[in-house]
Amino acid sequence: MSGTQTVVRAPKKSSSSRWSYAKVLLLISGFLILISAARLITGVNDLDSSGTVRATLIAAIPIGMAGLGGLWSERAGIVNIGLEGMMILGTFGAGYFGYFYGPWQGVVGAILLGALGGLLHAIATVTFGVDHIVSGVALNIIALGAVQYLAVLAFTGVPGGGQTQSPPVENLPAVTIDALSSPLADLEDRHWFVLSDVASILGALVTNLSVLTLLCLSLFVLTWWVLWKTAFGLRLRSCGENPAAAESLGVNVIRYKFTAVLISGGLAGLGGGFLALVAASQFRDGQTGGRGYIGLAAMIFGNWRPTGLLTGSMLFGYTDTLRLRGGGDTIHGLLLLVAVGLVILAVWQWRKHGQRAALVAALLGVLVAVWYAVTVSVPEGLAGMTPYLTTLLVLALFSQRLRMPAADGLSYRKGSAG
Amino acid sequence: MKNERMARLTLAVGAPALALVAAFLITSLVLVLAGDSVTGVWGQILSPPSSRGFVNIINSASVYYLSAVAVAIGFRMNLFNIGVDGQYRVASFAAAVVAGEAWLPGYLNTVAAIVAAMLVGAAWAGIAGLLRVTRGVSEVISTIMLNAIATFLVAYLLRKAAVDNEGSNITATKEIPEGSWIPGFTVGGSPNEVYGFVFLAIVVGLVYGFVINRTRFGFDLRATGKSETAAVASGINVKRMGLIAMLLSGAVAGLVGLPILFGDAHAYGSTFQSGLGFAGIAIALLGRNHPFGIALGALLFAFLDEQSNPLQILLDVSPDIVKITQGVIVLTVVIAYEVVRRYGASREQQQVASALESQNKEVSA
Repeated sequence: MSGTQTVVRAPKKSSSSRWSYAKVLLLISGFLILISAARLITGVNDLDSSGTVRATLIAAIPIGMAGLGGLWSERAGIVNIGLEGMMILGTFGAGYFGYFYGPWQGVVGAILLGALGGLLHAIATVTFGVDHIVSGVALNIIALGAVQYLAVLAFTGVPGGGQTQSPPVENLPAVTIDALSSPLADLEDRHWFVLSDVASILGALVTNLSVLTLLCLSLFVLTWWVLWKTAFGLRLRSCGENPAAAESLGVNVIRYKFTAVLISGGLAGLGGGFLALVAASQFRDGQTGGRGYIGLAAMIFGNWRPTGLLTGSMLFGYTDTLRLRGGGDTIHGLLLLVAVGLVILAVWQWRKHGQRAALVAALLGVLVAVWYAVTVSVPEGLAGMTPYLTTLLVLALFSQRLRMPAADGLSYRKGSAG
Repeated sequence: MKNERMARLTLAVGAPALALVAAFLITSLVLVLAGDSVTGVWGQILSPPSSRGFVNIINSASVYYLSAVAVAIGFRMNLFNIGVDGQYRVASFAAAVVAGEAWLPGYLNTVAAIVAAMLVGAAWAGIAGLLRVTRGVSEVISTIMLNAIATFLVAYLLRKAAVDNEGSNITATKEIPEGSWIPGFTVGGSPNEVYGFVFLAIVVGLVYGFVINRTRFGFDLRATGKSETAAVASGINVKRMGLIAMLLSGAVAGLVGLPILFGDAHAYGSTFQSGLGFAGIAIALLGRNHPFGIALGALLFAFLDEQSNPLQILLDVSPDIVKITQGVIVLTVVIAYEVVRRYGASREQQQVASALESQNKEVSA
């Protein structure tokens, strides 16, 4: 591992010292002002209507759950390309158990089937030391085939069902706080600067919010707490950073990795279940549409951290929602937002990292602004690639700032500590 | 010594055989659990194919083969080109546009399309290659992103380039003029034709085998894949090799859709076959990146696909069952190789240890 070529650099002073409470507040309010201004200037009210916020949440959660799954497994050192397959298993689990037994059983079924995929991945990668990506690719093939095969078996001839879809599944309960819901909706309709924007976001959170959405959101907090605030989490992460050292300290590396990949599968399965139970209220073949991969991208975008992952999945969910709701016109409004954002980034980069990075960001910002000025709409076909393009750009521009777990993707055999 | 070689050969052949048996058993288990007829399904799949089926197998195997070779070129250098799927779709679209516009007459047009496909495929893969070499971005992630971008890009461009085909609601590029089609040939009076581009696959396989095993470039490539530090020590420019490997992989990936394009579809439409890139990964793994092994793997996958087709009509069993088999084969093959490797390594260690022990005894005696 440690070749003679390794150059030891003095650790850079962390540029973003701890996120203080005030900084976060400042960031949020800055974002609100920005989006509100963009809404007023472009006249595209759907940029942050409560409908958009609600749809964003629904689009973001499956991505976020897949990303959380990726986070758990990669923090323990297992790369998980099989998230897509585990999600697919989850959609079927939700459809099957949801229809035949009830929606909550559907949630459990999704988690269990996802975890089953995780088990397969764990056996291949942890027990047999198979290349993680190979195992993930195989898992995706198997899961897709298995679900298509099982769907024919389970849903053919069932009323409302068919070879590629389950009958409608009963909805999970949703929460509405009446006392807040309607006044907030009123306020939103005034289209005031900032106030209406706050109202639309809060309004989406208190109106017809599925219990499963709340559950999934709480899992982000739970993951952060377990992985970063408990001894269990510290040990799990140590397996992803330096398994040999972890084992020499008495950590059962194999067991931790197994646990992590099982949880990873369960979370990805839950993401699939969310798609079937909340986003669509039935299982359909091809429902995941590559969201497992976007989840992986969101995790990398978020630098293997829950907060970053949440931001990433919200961002991807948001662009996807704008595309579906307003099409090219709404995305066109977003361009202005992106341009301003890039210019702000440029200023920030100038202060922190010097001119070159700042110039790149500024140039991109100007380009986007020109694009906004000379067109009236963004082609819908191109709008769909936003999440992927964003990830590629983030990787290209900030890859030096991203840090994945040190032993991520390496196979580990018990007793390697010597 | 002879015994030793025999043992090694047994281990090498044993691994894939073991994997196939395991995949067979696991698929049967799934069938039993689902309550489908195990004997019926295997009876159909393992029955000799009809002459039509035989031609279909050859055709889809040639496409699989190109895809798997593209993946294998990357594998040989420890590069994971998951992006073959996107590369071949972008390239096939480009080839279809070039051939459809027919700027050149007859087969010159075909050659132009082939060149365009290889260039576009290489360029698409080159993005990932450049990102890896200059910015250290893992090619696994970047190619996954590029696959998705390719999907949207091709869909968008297709809508722009599409011509109105009367009486059809399929959006597609202009049809390639008939003079540029690659004629197929029949085998043993089969009702359908083998793609003429089967020979393209064979040539690609031969060139791949030759370059990898018989040239200095191939040696450098393999050396870099085996040990980057050793490659650096022997003066290989690892970054340059990485980029070249990615470009070559993309160029071959660009060829994947061409047999279908010139032998069957004659235009790129929204129904053009997708997912060939992922099958290629599986087949490259199955064939251990060996040109001949890949051919066997491609034939096996094509055979399973073709033979499972009538399952729905004959037995009311979903043909998707063979996807499970295919996926399981990939997993069991890599597991089997790993188990065999571990077993071989520990055997070797024991032999060395016992040899050393007897030497020590002689010395002390």
